[in-house]
Amino acid sequence: MTLYTGTVVTVRPKSRVWRSIGENALYALGLPFLLLVVWGVWSTISPQKFFPGPIEIIQAFVDTWIGPQFFVDVVPSLARLGLGIVLSIAIGITAGTVIGSIRWLRELLEPTLEFFRAIPPPVLIPVVVLLLGITDATKVIVIVSGAIWPILLNTIEGVRATDAVMTETARSFGITRWQRLRYLVLPAASPQIMAGVRQGLSVALILMVISEMFSSSSGLGYRITYFQRNYLIAEMWSGILLLGLIGVLLATIFGIVERRVLSWYHGIKEVERA
Amino acid sequence: MPDTLLQVEHLKKIYESSTGSVEAIGDISFSMRSGELVCIVGPSGCGKTTLLKCIAGLLNPTAGSVELDGRKVTAPPASMALVFQEYGRSLYPWLTVHGNVELPLKHKRLARAERERLIVDALEAVGLDHAAKSYPWQLSGGMQQRVAIARAVAYQPEVLIMDEPFAAVDAQTRADLEDLVRGLHRDRGMSILFVTHDIDESVYLGERVIVLSKSPTWVQEDLAIDLAPERDQITTRALPRFTELRTHVYEQIQRAKRGEAIRAAA
Ligand SMILES: Nc1ncnc2c1ncn2[C@@H]1O[C@H](COP(=O)(O)OP(=O)(O)O)[C@@H](O)[C@H]1O
Ligand SMILES: [Mg+2]
Repeated sequence: MTLYTGTVVTVRPKSRVWRSIGENALYALGLPFLLLVVWGVWSTISPQKFFPGPIEIIQAFVDTWIGPQFFVDVVPSLARLGLGIVLSIAIGITAGTVIGSIRWLRELLEPTLEFFRAIPPPVLIPVVVLLLGITDATKVIVIVSGAIWPILLNTIEGVRATDAVMTETARSFGITRWQRLRYLVLPAASPQIMAGVRQGLSVALILMVISEMFSSSSGLGYRITYFQRNYLIAEMWSGILLLGLIGVLLATIFGIVERRVLSWYHGIKEVERA
Repeated sequence: MPDTLLQVEHLKKIYESSTGSVEAIGDISFSMRSGELVCIVGPSGCGKTTLLKCIAGLLNPTAGSVELDGRKVTAPPASMALVFQEYGRSLYPWLTVHGNVELPLKHKRLARAERERLIVDALEAVGLDHAAKSYPWQLSGGMQQRVAIARAVAYQPEVLIMDEPFAAVDAQTRADLEDLVRGLHRDRGMSILFVTHDIDESVYLGERVIVLSKSPTWVQEDLAIDLAPERDQITTRALPRFTELRTHVYEQIQRAKRGEAIRAAA
């Protein structure tokens, strides 16, 4: 006389997901478009030397960045940014996992790590330049030296907080240490790790620009400073616009990856709210 | 005793911590034969979970020993599966129901088809074959506990250990799950050690009920349950013998709580 009548909560159907993405895009683009119109009208009514209108900037954008200049300035910047991010994530998660799982190591290192995290990374630029000269490696190191901290510290915290019952479950089923890392510790820490990566990304973008402003002969940061010093105002603004677009692109890629990796986590949140 | 499966001898557990030491288990000895369904019942905080963790090799006892199939347990044995009290924290929310049941089988070096067969079979046994692709948090509490049971069943243990598995589910689900456990015992001949604080549950399920005293704990009584093996939620619970047994266990527990019971000289 068993009655198996449990209900299964279903996730939202695909079509509605797409519609909600469409709605989100409409919301996301609505305000920028409105601002653009206001700005255009305003700059036509009262033109200003340092604040050119949108048409002018977009014209400068096309002239400056679409063409060979893209490979001279944008590609090297993006390459250094990409390498810096990949290294920060790889080193941050690996070291964080090791430190987080070994108690004495964690207690030994945590105060020191907090200290290093508190140092503003740009001040390290002169030091690294002294040691390595003005090379691509210098800029990548500067990016890593800032972006790694939120990833490292969040990973340590996430790995440390692995649920005791989940660990005992794994042990009772004879799951080995390595398997536990892969199937328990890292997935359990993934919400915190992803939060760290999100912070790391914005730090990395800032440091990419700053490292190029200090000491460089190519790259977005260098080029924007160059335009500014030569009073190429519309060009300067177009570089800032490009930086903004790169930021949005990074956030979009991150969002896609996060939705895949943390779909279970968002699912739980949704069920809890319901 | 040729077919002794589990032998617990003079087990003692003291938790040492910075705030002082807690003697959770005084001295527990009992044995369990292969194919038996034994219930352990005792008041809250008397050390039932501690006992199970020692048996499962998750905790080292302060003194005494646990032997499974004649071998001393020092680490989690491969022939044992656990169902925890906190099912919500024992299932992995990033894995589907199928993935959760599959995980302990990954290191068993089974052929893929064989592994798949075990998973499907275990999910069918608990009536969850339709929910294989769902995630645990999409299921009700009772269904989650069935996933935990399926995971243990698919592991094909010699002995299944369950720690107050139905303490947090509603009465109807609980009755269903009790019959599910009886069914696993009857149809698959599985040896089951079932811990509960519910007296009726222990009498309804068990072939033997071991009553624990309050902390520091010892075995207050080891009672054979002489009810027919075919049990039914309505008719079995209405039997005069059932009432007698449950009253007896109830009195023992009350004495245990009052700390009246005098420990028989060993
Ligand atoms: N990790 C621990 N450290 C210290 N004391 C503990 C620990 N776990 C349990 N205890 C204590 O041991 C006693 C028995 O706990 P437990 O085995 O969980 O009892 P039960 O499962 O029967 O409710 C309780 O008094 C509890 O406070
Ligand atoms: Mg308990």
